[in-house]
Amino acid sequence: MTDIGVAPWRSIPAILLLLAGLVFIGPAAAQVKPRYGGELILAVPSEMPSYDGHREGTFGMVHPLAPHYNTLLKTDPNDRTGTKIVSDLAESWTISSDGRVYTLKLRRGVKFHDGAELSSRDVKASYDKIVFPPPNVGSMRKGQYTNIEAIEAPDASTIVFRLKWPQASFLASLASPYNWIYKADILAKDVRWYEKNVMGTGPFTFVEHVKGSHWVGKKNPNYWDKGKPYLDGYRAIFMKDSAAQVAAVRAERAHIQFRGFAPAERDSLVAALGKKITVQESPWDCAAWVAINQEKKPFDDKRVRRALTLALDRHQASRALSKIAVVKEVAGVQVPGTPYATPPDELEKLAGYGRDIKKSRAEARRLLREAGVPDGFAFTFTNRGLPMPYEPVGIWLIDQWRQIGLNATMVTIEASQHVNELRAGNFTVSSDAQCGYAVEPDLDLAKFQSKEISHNNYGRYTDKVLDDLYQKQNRATDPEERKRYVREFERRLLDEEVHTFITLQWHRIVPHSAKVRGWTITPSHYLNQQLDAVWLAE
Amino acid sequence: MWKYVLKRVLLMIPTLLGVAVLIFFLMRVVPGDIVELRFAGESAFAQKENLDKERARLGLDQPMWRQFVTWMWGIARFDFGTSMWTGAPIIEEIKLRAALSFQLAVMATIIAVVLAIPLGVVAALKQDTWVDYFVRVFSIAGLATPSFWLGIVFILMLLIVFKWLPPMVYTPFWVDPWQNMLQLIWPALAVGYRYSAVATRMTRSAMLEVLREDYIRTARAKGLWQKLILSRHALKNAMLPVLTVVALEFAFLMGGLVVTEQVFNLNGLGMLFVESVARRDYTLTQALVMLVALVFILVNFTVDLMYAWLDPRIRFR
Repeated sequence: MTDIGVAPWRSIPAILLLLAGLVFIGPAAAQVKPRYGGELILAVPSEMPSYDGHREGTFGMVHPLAPHYNTLLKTDPNDRTGTKIVSDLAESWTISSDGRVYTLKLRRGVKFHDGAELSSRDVKASYDKIVFPPPNVGSMRKGQYTNIEAIEAPDASTIVFRLKWPQASFLASLASPYNWIYKADILAKDVRWYEKNVMGTGPFTFVEHVKGSHWVGKKNPNYWDKGKPYLDGYRAIFMKDSAAQVAAVRAERAHIQFRGFAPAERDSLVAALGKKITVQESPWDCAAWVAINQEKKPFDDKRVRRALTLALDRHQASRALSKIAVVKEVAGVQVPGTPYATPPDELEKLAGYGRDIKKSRAEARRLLREAGVPDGFAFTFTNRGLPMPYEPVGIWLIDQWRQIGLNATMVTIEASQHVNELRAGNFTVSSDAQCGYAVEPDLDLAKFQSKEISHNNYGRYTDKVLDDLYQKQNRATDPEERKRYVREFERRLLDEEVHTFITLQWHRIVPHSAKVRGWTITPSHYLNQQLDAVWLAE
Repeated sequence: MWKYVLKRVLLMIPTLLGVAVLIFFLMRVVPGDIVELRFAGESAFAQKENLDKERARLGLDQPMWRQFVTWMWGIARFDFGTSMWTGAPIIEEIKLRAALSFQLAVMATIIAVVLAIPLGVVAALKQDTWVDYFVRVFSIAGLATPSFWLGIVFILMLLIVFKWLPPMVYTPFWVDPWQNMLQLIWPALAVGYRYSAVATRMTRSAMLEVLREDYIRTARAKGLWQKLILSRHALKNAMLPVLTVVALEFAFLMGGLVVTEQVFNLNGLGMLFVESVARRDYTLTQALVMLVALVFILVNFTVDLMYAWLDPRIRFR
């Protein structure tokens, strides 16, 4: 088999096998040709408060609305890592030698759904709204663009971003799934117009939204990417209950729910539908973290914090918990399999990631003795009131800590109140989650900077070294250099200081109707939602 | 009679005012903040300046007394304001869901009444026979079965046996009656069964009581037909407590079908209620509580008026 794989021309049987393979590939390849028509029905577990992508954060807005818009750049819809940046409205781009000027050339002939032609003026107006919003307008991710000094539109098809310093993630930030390009004339008249209306350049035009019920889009016949989209339209049905979503997919009332299902739900769908269901899985750009309030004793002592992470048998948990919860991968601060992810051999050197759990727990007990708590102690573990994955992960954590003599009591707090308790510091040790809308160290690491910088630093610590490492990785334009800084950041965060730690990476499971083609799962449920390449097989 | 009606109408005002005060302050006691929930949740880039700006826009930075006065002034002008979560007028948010909730409540009530009254009457007439035992088992089973559980059973049955699921999107009855019924008949049956159980028990016990009254014995002694005795003398009097139960249950259904709505993915008032509380959408929650309170008050008022129609003693008092 290896010979055939490496050099099939070396043997006659291999050639025959290859030819036979081609015979079979022939019809399959013909089937790969996208089919036009049909309405994609998607279940959406959340609903948007407003229609303005620059303002909102929920995927409940991205899934129904992204097909109406384009962004300057986007992640490659076929790239499973969700990190490869490709063009969308910007056809090409150049970066100045000092890394501070990004010049993007726009496609020509792109039209808004009302027929008006897109120009750099529209792009500038959209980015001005995101980066320099007027006083009465909320732009919830403007903190991501503090590096932008100026946005210029020297001619109708050129847009220029001038940065204060070179930024490794700048191209990725232009591919943010929220940065939809709006029409300048509309924004000039009413900068809040997009909160309640839709007008984009995307592959689908808006038909209707019935609050609490559904959202409908239909094919844009004048879409600039000729031949696309393949679907006649799509219908997003808002369904909060996961059992209702599963039932809808099972009864073929919905083709797909893009966010993801739990393992048991996947298994029930596979058992019921067999070949009629396709399952795509990926490590999720969300991780189940543990926040430790360093203002509470004895957690101000890093030996105690280190003992907490050393007690965890992550590798065993990965096997056991992945059967019942949406967690799986043993990971560092970046999604496994993505460019800045920690290689497995390096990961195992971090506290709590080793394969020898007995050794780790012996070390944890030694640290507790050194910290003056040889007999362990009791504390409260505050958990978020959501079953998946918080409940199983919380139960597992309590069991793991008991192995080193720590007696944790779980207190579950309603999901909507949990974040307030964390921010107010009303906890000792708590579950925490970090979800990114793109796999990018700038986004994934920002939360862990000192409390003076990060609003979401629940550990309430100050660590100037960590802040400095964040800045260094942010400005390192050489990928290898950046990787080194990310590793250093990770080592300091999870091993040396143990300000916080990850239990397991979330695992995204999307079982969908086998009719749905042309969609590839990525680690982020915010990405790849334009639906322009999606089609329905017969 | 008119004086009585006027008095009852005027009494509604302090009742609603009390509800308004209570819900306004109760919502403020519940911890949580709509701005944090909407913008800061897990975003590392949400800045405090932006969050404060949003709080100011929603009027949450104002003293509580001023927020209360603003809200009450709006109510006095029948202006419930806009939802803090969506920014849409509250009337619009409620109107969308009210049609479905109202239809479901009406359908469940019809199912309940159609089942409960004949079954209750028959059980009372055939007391301690197998018919009575059957009705009692049927109604006790209904009381013991949560309607959402029955809903799940319906869904599983439809899925597994018929490989079919009711439509997921609401179609108004006047647009497509068939699609409308296909969607709503299942939750109406699930809810109506439990509802009928309560009413059946009440009908049976009320009928048993009435059938032992002197005037029924007199009617029988006079040689009146059994059917006439039942319809004119017994049933009409036995309906008084049944009417109260049915009416209160109807009012409850207008906003209380949270889990059933979730199971059947219905876009009704119950789900809106839960979501508005979870999101700390003060204005919407307050308006919904006021609406449900108003429905209860109006239903009670209607029942009182119907008492007078059913029972001449009340009418002539």
